[in-house]
Amino acid sequence: MADTAKLGVTGASASHPSERPVRKFLLDNRAALGSLAVFVVMLLIFFVANPRVFSNWGLYAAVLTTVPVALFMTAPLVFVVTSGEIDLSFPAVMGLASLAFAAVVQAGFDPFLGIAAALIVGALLGFGVGALVVYGGLSSLVATLGMNFMLRGVILILTNSKSIAIPGVGDTLAFQITSTELWGIPVQIIWAIAFVIFCALLYNRHKFGAQVHVVGDNPDSANEMGINVNWTRVKVFGFMGVGAALAGVFSTMINFTWWPTSGDGYLLPVIASVFVGGTPPWGGIGTVIGGAVGALTVSFIQTGVVGAGLSGFYVQFFYGLIIILSLLGHRFNQTRYR
Amino acid sequence: MGTFDLDMAQHIIELKNITKSYGTVYALGGVSLHVDPGEVVGLIGDNGAGKSTLIKILAGVIRPTSGEILVNGELVNNWSPARSRGAGIETVFQDRALAVQQSIVRNIFMGRELAGPFGWLNLKQQVSEAERLMREIGFTSKVFSPNSIVGQLSGGERQGVAIARAILKQANLIVLDEPTTALSLTETAKVFHFVRQVRASGRSIVFIGHNIHHVYDIAERFVVIDRGRVAMEKTKSEIGSAQELIEYMEDVARPKAGALEEGV
Repeated sequence: MADTAKLGVTGASASHPSERPVRKFLLDNRAALGSLAVFVVMLLIFFVANPRVFSNWGLYAAVLTTVPVALFMTAPLVFVVTSGEIDLSFPAVMGLASLAFAAVVQAGFDPFLGIAAALIVGALLGFGVGALVVYGGLSSLVATLGMNFMLRGVILILTNSKSIAIPGVGDTLAFQITSTELWGIPVQIIWAIAFVIFCALLYNRHKFGAQVHVVGDNPDSANEMGINVNWTRVKVFGFMGVGAALAGVFSTMINFTWWPTSGDGYLLPVIASVFVGGTPPWGGIGTVIGGAVGALTVSFIQTGVVGAGLSGFYVQFFYGLIIILSLLGHRFNQTRYR
Repeated sequence: MGTFDLDMAQHIIELKNITKSYGTVYALGGVSLHVDPGEVVGLIGDNGAGKSTLIKILAGVIRPTSGEILVNGELVNNWSPARSRGAGIETVFQDRALAVQQSIVRNIFMGRELAGPFGWLNLKQQVSEAERLMREIGFTSKVFSPNSIVGQLSGGERQGVAIARAILKQANLIVLDEPTTALSLTETAKVFHFVRQVRASGRSIVFIGHNIHHVYDIAERFVVIDRGRVAMEKTKSEIGSAQELIEYMEDVARPKAGALEEGV
């Protein structure tokens, strides 16, 4: 080994500063931690503004019941954005998948069968949208926008814009498992946290996640190294479809009703959550945990603004303010390497 | 004797009559190239001669318009980057093919992740393998670790990552496309030192370079590509000196002017 060429300065690599546990943790998770800081500061401001309302657990329980729906879509959308694409069709996919769920339950079948139907519909639509974008060589921004309109149109045509009530679902085992309370905590949030953790592991410690990063970072290199770039992108859209289906099922269970607008309201909040969470729009890097914190932040804004005693008219203003402040924060926090 | 002949016929890889056309423009007009075990082939030619197209075909990135690709004497269909790597061919591309926002480890294992059951990554093993590789080519530093982001590295260090990736598996053939372009003198020396190490280990190399002195130093057989064709193919002993190779290259360039005069 005496004649080994030295491409760099020699020395032990064990004492490298970025390898010290605490510092490494901070560096590796600085986007997620930044989002968490924004969230905590926001909560503190709300709390100071109206301590009485914000020390009431019921307020948090309400948010924890509704935020899971957003979480099931935010985490997969981080994958989509990291792969260098965007998906605007997930609201309509959520609507169609939950339509399948509601229709199966209304027809008298077990809700578990309905969940399976929703997952199949969501996955098929997700893969379909992905295949259209990738193999059709289309811009994902425009193509998924078109698919969102088209699939929503399909929903309206199929149902004549009529909602489906499934009041009987409350007595079923599926409801007990997914939509009740455990020690005062809504069970939905436990499922959502489990899903987010699964996504974070998939993102950081799975072959799929590694390839999604590389494909978003440099698709030419990924191709040269033998990664099936197109198929990786299609899979990302398929995963988004599965997330949208789960979101649809939970949303329908909470309301005991499926509405033809199901999913519509989630388009902008979910996209905002991903970026507020610290995933940059250019692809290659991102954070699932940050996205989850972003979703929490975004869903707390509405509750918080009203709870703090301001009129509902302030909600949109604060949405925008938080998004811009978060982006500015991440801007100084992340360098883009080329 | 029969088996001996068979062995001679089994090049690691053989490209036969490869053409590549973009519409009516021919980038390659029937090129044949083979590499034998343990051999260092120098691929020379002007800009736009078709060298990079040829090695991208070798790497499976570009599909040839026509021609055959044989691995160990056997015809291969549906040649692709994955098949090329599977056949033990590792390419260090001119642009290095790195994902610069990712860690050194992720780049080294790009497309070849060490995964356990259900595709979960074996992160610890990846890091220790990366450390071993980086030590092997003398590519260690206090400034960066295997988890450092490639975008923070210098040009020479990035080349080190690309080379480490190429020797991750026991490749039969390593293709280096202009590996010293945009590198400093000391970095160039390091790359050459590494190439000699690979050669000493008995692996084959295809070395593409602009600097004919460099190519002459490293290679044993020279293939000159000119306007999409093989203009010359000679061994070192047939040539004699780098100067003769340079003179030949000038000859290759000259007929263009001659042909023009004849045309007039």
